[in-house]
Amino acid sequence: MPKRRTRFTFPPGLITEPVIFNLGSTFQLITNIRRADVRDDMGWVILELEGEVDEIERGLDWVTSLGVRVDPVDGDVVEN
Amino acid sequence: MSYIKCLFCKECGREYPVQPLNVCDFCFGPLEVTYDYDAISTVISREKIAQGPHNMWRYHDLLPVDVDNAVDINAGLTPLIKAKNLAKYLGLDELYIKNDSVNPSFSFKDRVVAIASTKALEFGFDTLACASTGNLAGSVAAHAARAGMRAFVFIPSDLERGKILGAAVYGPNLIAVDGSYDDVNRLCSELADNYNWAFVNINMRPYYAEGSKTLGFEVAEQLGWKAPDNCIVPGASGSLFTKIWKGLNEFSSMGLIDSVNTRMFLGQAKGCSPIVTAFDGNDFAIRPVKPNTIAKSLAIGNPADGYYALKVLEETKGSAYAVPEEDVVQGIKDLAEMEGIFTEPAGGVVIATLKHLAKTGQIKPWETTVAFITGNGYKTQEVVENLARPILIKPTFSAFEEAVSVRP
Repeated sequence: MPKRRTRFTFPPGLITEPVIFNLGSTFQLITNIRRADVRDDMGWVILELEGEVDEIERGLDWVTSLGVRVDPVDGDVVEN
Repeated sequence: MSYIKCLFCKECGREYPVQPLNVCDFCFGPLEVTYDYDAISTVISREKIAQGPHNMWRYHDLLPVDVDNAVDINAGLTPLIKAKNLAKYLGLDELYIKNDSVNPSFSFKDRVVAIASTKALEFGFDTLACASTGNLAGSVAAHAARAGMRAFVFIPSDLERGKILGAAVYGPNLIAVDGSYDDVNRLCSELADNYNWAFVNINMRPYYAEGSKTLGFEVAEQLGWKAPDNCIVPGASGSLFTKIWKGLNEFSSMGLIDSVNTRMFLGQAKGCSPIVTAFDGNDFAIRPVKPNTIAKSLAIGNPADGYYALKVLEETKGSAYAVPEEDVVQGIKDLAEMEGIFTEPAGGVVIATLKHLAKTGQIKPWETTVAFITGNGYKTQEVVENLARPILIKPTFSAFEEAVSVRP
């Protein structure tokens, strides 16, 4: 099953929401958290998603629509 | 031969054998190269380095590749210029410009791509790839041409033609992606996972980044084997900043220079300054931003090494400054008009940061200060095009004298 390593950055309004639980229960995805830092005003989580490629894309589109920033774990790879 | 020992995770410390890998399998933290320093210390010396080639490969003992098979387009050993006019203007005594804009493809990226491409050949890759909006594309394409490798360069489809000519001339496969900057980012990360290619700043990143150390090595050697008191460095991913610091410290640990008391200063343009924002907030959490700056070569909204740059700032008691966008072009003009060096906006950011540091007394007149200029202004002429306003005259002697009040 394909896997995708990714980083979610949460705005203040979503920090207390169970976004990752809902991602796993709404879509056919296994979520596997490896590192995280959650504070009052922001939070980030580095996790792996496992599922069919289309399902991973749909899941990422859904969390993005909520206001979560989604990035590769490598940081920005487009350099000047 | 190379003295590379292994890769290790900068977060959890797990070690990995030397392979094309940039992220720890356990915690997804970034991987870093480490060396057999005991062995290096028995072979390295000032004399050996001084007798080496007149380029970055003179430091090969501290690089993660075998120099005998180096992909060499003669990168490095760029001029360190004493900037007398700019120093006088700022009230400084010992100011130097490290002019890395005169590398073969006109930016410091030649240093990192030289390492990445050499390592890619060692691993047996036949394809070199990157995602870029300018300098990196040119350097990857040039090194691939030199190495006889296939090159794939991914660019946003709305990138100006002028920006890609510097890469296109070397004959890479140029792929314009019809999507946003973030879309290109995401696509390339996926491609790196699925194609057996050497993406220079993805699966080659631990090795690629080591090339930036040579800037620290060179400055120390060019200053007469000593570290400067202050380094002023542009901040994009934060990698260059941390590696200059690593280079100075490796030289010191090898006994090539005395202890390093350098203060590291980082400059970003206000329109993309996530590292400065974190520094100003006394926070180590980087908040990604959407870049909106004329300093395109620093437009990294989610800097992979931002956290580590913040650690260096803390360790060296340095500081970070967000240059107002309107001051970037003035920085370019100052360097051109006072020192005869035409830099891209990243260099304008460095000079504007230098001016700020001098004005606020954070750097002292008697200290040795080095400002790092990493890219060439001929690639970004559009940002200063309104400076080209020649005086139009008729082809007569009197017309000239009427227009210009000069006398022989």
